[in-house]
Amino acid sequence: MAEFSTSIKDQGDVSIINLKGYLDAHTAPILENNFVDLIDKNRFQIVVGFKDLAYISSAGLGVFMAYIEKIRDSRGDIKLAGMSDKVYNIFDLLGFPLLYEIFKSEDEAIQKFTESK
Amino acid sequence: MSAKTLKVKSKTENLSPIRDFISSAALDLNIPKDIIENIILAVDEACTNIIKHAYKYSPDGEILIKVKPSTSKFVVSIVDNGISFEPETIPEPDLQKYYRQRKVGGLGIYLMRSLMDSVKYISKPGKYNEVLLTKNIKVAKTNAG
Repeated sequence: MAEFSTSIKDQGDVSIINLKGYLDAHTAPILENNFVDLIDKNRFQIVVGFKDLAYISSAGLGVFMAYIEKIRDSRGDIKLAGMSDKVYNIFDLLGFPLLYEIFKSEDEAIQKFTESK
Repeated sequence: MSAKTLKVKSKTENLSPIRDFISSAALDLNIPKDIIENIILAVDEACTNIIKHAYKYSPDGEILIKVKPSTSKFVVSIVDNGISFEPETIPEPDLQKYYRQRKVGGLGIYLMRSLMDSVKYISKPGKYNEVLLTKNIKVAKTNAG
């Protein structure tokens, strides 16, 4: 069975969700729960780290669509960072770069939140 | 180049063994890695749609996956006995619209069409549905040939 896990850390007002492994229709609920938990805690500045993500299907992409509006309405954002070319290509095919800021590194994404204060 | 078959129940936990099955069948043919990855994703999307829409998440349905390689094509046939659907009724996704309506869906079919050379649906309502995913390939010739 493919493994998928997330780890969450806070850096000031920014929460960072790091993804690891395979994100598909089976594992997407794990990430959904992470977003629900952060929203419950009023933490709306979220960076998602893709460095260790090996695979994503549209079920995984759908998770980002499901929560982005609520998060932006609460003056937050989901910024994406550290994607491999393979994962970026899938986001690109579906036009995600028009809707989300995508950064090379997690630090750049966190920096963007800090700057825009 | 013989056909290979995998039969699994309609559970999302089976997406991982489905991907492994496609990966090993394609690797046997020396298909380039990036093309294999595209085929794997297209098959995952097709099977996810079957689990979600044809079987409505009921875990007892069956999905039969057949890989039929030839010298110029890698064809994957995916058969289910669930509810038929008409792919023509699914519009191309408009991400801006999704954003406004908070609606998620239709991305899988769009990905399948983008990643494969052909996506065909054959539907016999009440009997079976078949998705045929085709990727044109060039099989490397061996020196011995």
